[in-house]
Amino acid sequence: MHTSTSPDRLIYMANQIGTFFNSQGVAKAVPGITEHIRKFWDPRMRKQIMAHLDAGGEGLDPNVKDALAALKN
Amino acid sequence: MSLIHEIDFGTPRSKSEKMVTLTIDGQSISVPEGTSIMRAAMEMGTQIPKLCATDMVDAFGSCRLCLVEIEGRAGTPASCTTPAMEGLVVHTQNERLKKLRKGVMELYISDHPLDCLTCAANGDCELQDMAGAVGLRDVRYGYDGENHVFAKTHNHSHDHSPHDCENDHWMAKDDSNPYFTYDPSKCIVCSRCVRACEEVQGTFALTISGRGFESRVSPGMNESFLGSECVSCGACVQACPTATLTEKAVIEIGQPEHSVVTTCAYCGVGCTFKAEMRGEEVVRMVPYKDGKANRGHSCVKGRFAWGYTNHKERILNPMVREKITDPWQEVSWDEAFNFAAKKFKGIQAKYGRDSIGGITSSRCTNEEVFVVQKLIRAGFGNNNVDTCARVCHSPTGYGLSSTFGTSAGTQDFDSVEDTDVVMIIGANPTDGHPVFASRLKKRLRAGAKLIVVDPRRTDIVRSAHIEAQHHLPLMPGTNVAVLTAIAHVIVTEGLADETFIRERCDWSEFEDWAAFVAQPNHSPEATAIMTGVDPKELREAARLFATGGNGAIYYGLGVTEHSQGSTTVIAIANLAMVTGNIGRPGVGVNPLRGQNNVQGACDMGSFPHELPGYRHISGDAVREQFEAMWNVKLNDEPGLRIPNMFDAAMDGTFMGLYVQGEDILQSDPNTKHVVAALSAMECVIVHDLFLNETANYAHVFFPGSTFLEKNGTFTNAERRIQRVRKVMSPKNGLEDWEVTLGFAKALGYEMKYNHPSEIMDEIAALTPTFAGVSYAKLEEMGSVQWPCNEKQPLGTPVMHIDGFVRGKGKFMLTEYVATDERTGPRFPLLLTTGRILSQYNVGAQTRRTENVVWHQEDRLEMHPHDAEMRGVRDGDWCRLQSRAGETTLRALITERVAPGVVYTTFHHPTTQANVITTEFSDWATNCPEYKVTAVQISPSNGPSEWQKEYDEQARQSRRIAMPVVEAAE
Repeated sequence: MHTSTSPDRLIYMANQIGTFFNSQGVAKAVPGITEHIRKFWDPRMRKQIMAHLDAGGEGLDPNVKDALAALKN
Repeated sequence: MSLIHEIDFGTPRSKSEKMVTLTIDGQSISVPEGTSIMRAAMEMGTQIPKLCATDMVDAFGSCRLCLVEIEGRAGTPASCTTPAMEGLVVHTQNERLKKLRKGVMELYISDHPLDCLTCAANGDCELQDMAGAVGLRDVRYGYDGENHVFAKTHNHSHDHSPHDCENDHWMAKDDSNPYFTYDPSKCIVCSRCVRACEEVQGTFALTISGRGFESRVSPGMNESFLGSECVSCGACVQACPTATLTEKAVIEIGQPEHSVVTTCAYCGVGCTFKAEMRGEEVVRMVPYKDGKANRGHSCVKGRFAWGYTNHKERILNPMVREKITDPWQEVSWDEAFNFAAKKFKGIQAKYGRDSIGGITSSRCTNEEVFVVQKLIRAGFGNNNVDTCARVCHSPTGYGLSSTFGTSAGTQDFDSVEDTDVVMIIGANPTDGHPVFASRLKKRLRAGAKLIVVDPRRTDIVRSAHIEAQHHLPLMPGTNVAVLTAIAHVIVTEGLADETFIRERCDWSEFEDWAAFVAQPNHSPEATAIMTGVDPKELREAARLFATGGNGAIYYGLGVTEHSQGSTTVIAIANLAMVTGNIGRPGVGVNPLRGQNNVQGACDMGSFPHELPGYRHISGDAVREQFEAMWNVKLNDEPGLRIPNMFDAAMDGTFMGLYVQGEDILQSDPNTKHVVAALSAMECVIVHDLFLNETANYAHVFFPGSTFLEKNGTFTNAERRIQRVRKVMSPKNGLEDWEVTLGFAKALGYEMKYNHPSEIMDEIAALTPTFAGVSYAKLEEMGSVQWPCNEKQPLGTPVMHIDGFVRGKGKFMLTEYVATDERTGPRFPLLLTTGRILSQYNVGAQTRRTENVVWHQEDRLEMHPHDAEMRGVRDGDWCRLQSRAGETTLRALITERVAPGVVYTTFHHPTTQANVITTEFSDWATNCPEYKVTAVQISPSNGPSEWQKEYDEQARQSRRIAMPVVEAAE
């Protein structure tokens, strides 16, 4: 991923965030990821990852998918 | 204005709270127990003659000039070494003392040159002052006898010979150090320099060699200053009462006539200096005793390395160009502002409001940073603002605000004086934060214990009179595993401070965390295979930290610049809470900040998601306050962070960037990606002192002003807000805040301020933690630590005293996740990066000073074992290759690094260290993983193709067009 650009990079970043919050316990994982992406990602990044989610979300971890779905609503 | 004369009390202040009362020359005076008679006298305004005493070092009692009489005591004791005691009756002047002092002075002068008129210390010589003070009128001893003054001596045994012979006592001047000279002929062997080197700096580079008449100051084993261990901090020069150790600038220019107190623009320690001036010319920078961060000490950078401010490569005129392949055209300020504004407006018209942004500088003042982020949020209409803290301490912000509730260190630097156990993690203070390191070493010499967690055996692990009790040399990238293992030992061995935790922290979160760290897979034994740390050593270190008294954690970029940087900061906060080490002097979590104003840049709302004072942009109430004050509607969505800006540039949605005082091309990871991103942008504005590496890809250059040329404030690592004062007119014509205002006006967003103090007033009005800050208050108090407001009108040296800012301290789980940057057969070694004392960051400033004598190039440190396997010898060129790129540099074979780990600095652009580093970054903040890169090394003949191409591109890009000369009619 050394010179990769989005969406590969965004998927990687989202999964990294997912990994941290997954380790915080089941109850905290999905809301934690949702909040983190909402707080720190610029709208165009969120739009891109949403588009990727809508296209099947390949490569995204399950909790990250759930978190993004929650973010959409 | 005049020269600020600080009172020299002769001996250090006593910290005792018990007072004693004595009588000196018929006056009664009360002083803390342990105060010397000399100091007591000075406190009532009587200066007892002295030469070997100065209040930066302990009393020594060697010069015999400060003699006094005490009623009821025999003899004439030295007032510097005699403590004041209850009821003493002291006389500082009578016939007997006068005679004794005059005799002593006469002997001193009999072996000292009498070239006072042409001496560099003329006007600032304590020897001369004392000769005057004791009324010396005559020196009865000639120079015919033995002396240290003349190179040759008249040979009495061969009166008929016209030849003089060599005087073996005489020594030539040593001018090997680029900044000061050592003239042994002027030395009075008071040993102040030797003691300053030991007590203040802690390097022990100087000694007195020989005995009796042979005694002389000797750097190392009779080496030159430059050849010795001397780190050129300047403490000896400051301590010297004569012209023996003198700044070369003073020799060249003469004595200063006025001075101004200001703040150093190098690292995050934030030393206070007196800029000693003649007119608008700086003669020297002298550390200020009242400076609360440095307490009168300095390092080679702040003290001496300010020559870059008038370096010939400094750009003084604004410049523009259409394409980066064109030469630069010098233009007026207005032309440059209009050119830039037109470009930026054009980009927004074409690509949308969010297609431009800016980066604020951690080297500029709070006020300058504030106006740049204001321009971006209010003028550009988006939140695409970030700062170089992104690539250094952004995880500190995330980690500490999640656990404690504030994005800053918890203590002041004075706190170290009350510390019993110091834990240093991923920081190299003797190189990166040298003045704090000196204060730390002083405390360690007085008995505090030390634990160092670092892949390298840094100087603090073992140096003169310092030795870490435990050094945990972990594999780069395993911080979380090591810190969680330390927590495992503390919890499972019952060493947690339950009283503190129950009172201050969320108990159920603690229970979850304790159960987590107690899992057997987090034990030191289980994690040793990943971390490489000896479990026994780790257990002992954990026990020492938990039970050794006041425990303080100091950390640096070795913590933050990792995929798990934020998790490591959280683990540090957990460790401080579980041991109850928060909320009083001597303890705490102390991030050592890299740049002079990185704390301030963060405080001032430089992050894309938060307004000044760390408040999220989506908060309506806060945003509305700003909207009302700025008279504009603000965007409520977070903007792009630096790495995201690069990615967006590659995607074609981010096309214009205003960079204030930062060299992103040299300092950000994966240079090739940065080059591609900058090349993709339609307008890059660089606002800097020099044509830095980023400027090679810029279309507009706004010349910047140095810290000597502007007014403002910096905030150091201890949250201390300090004044920066203008001592000369900006050579480029404008102070940096004025440049931003000019650009803003051209864009149609006019900001009106007449002085930076007005900007600070706006900051105070909008930011609760700064509510009580004003230039008037800084004038009155010297400096103040935020939060400074109604609740804490005098500021806050120690935070979280009665409770955490967020309420209850929050324990968070820290699962170790190995970075995806892994070693393998092709890249078997781990590269980590760092700094060196004499150079600063990308070196733009220090490379343009004489500091290059200590560090002319970046070297690749490798263990002899790894070097031998690859056929690399010390000094050889070698090729350093990672998955991202390759470069070449020369090897330095050393056992400081463990086998399997290599290390380099990144101060020189030709090294291209960041061609090697990857785009992996912290999960929470995108802070790059500079500290771990898998690499391979092989012998090489010289610079790589990329280095050659890069050099050529840089050379081409720095061309400035000659002004067109109109042909004569």
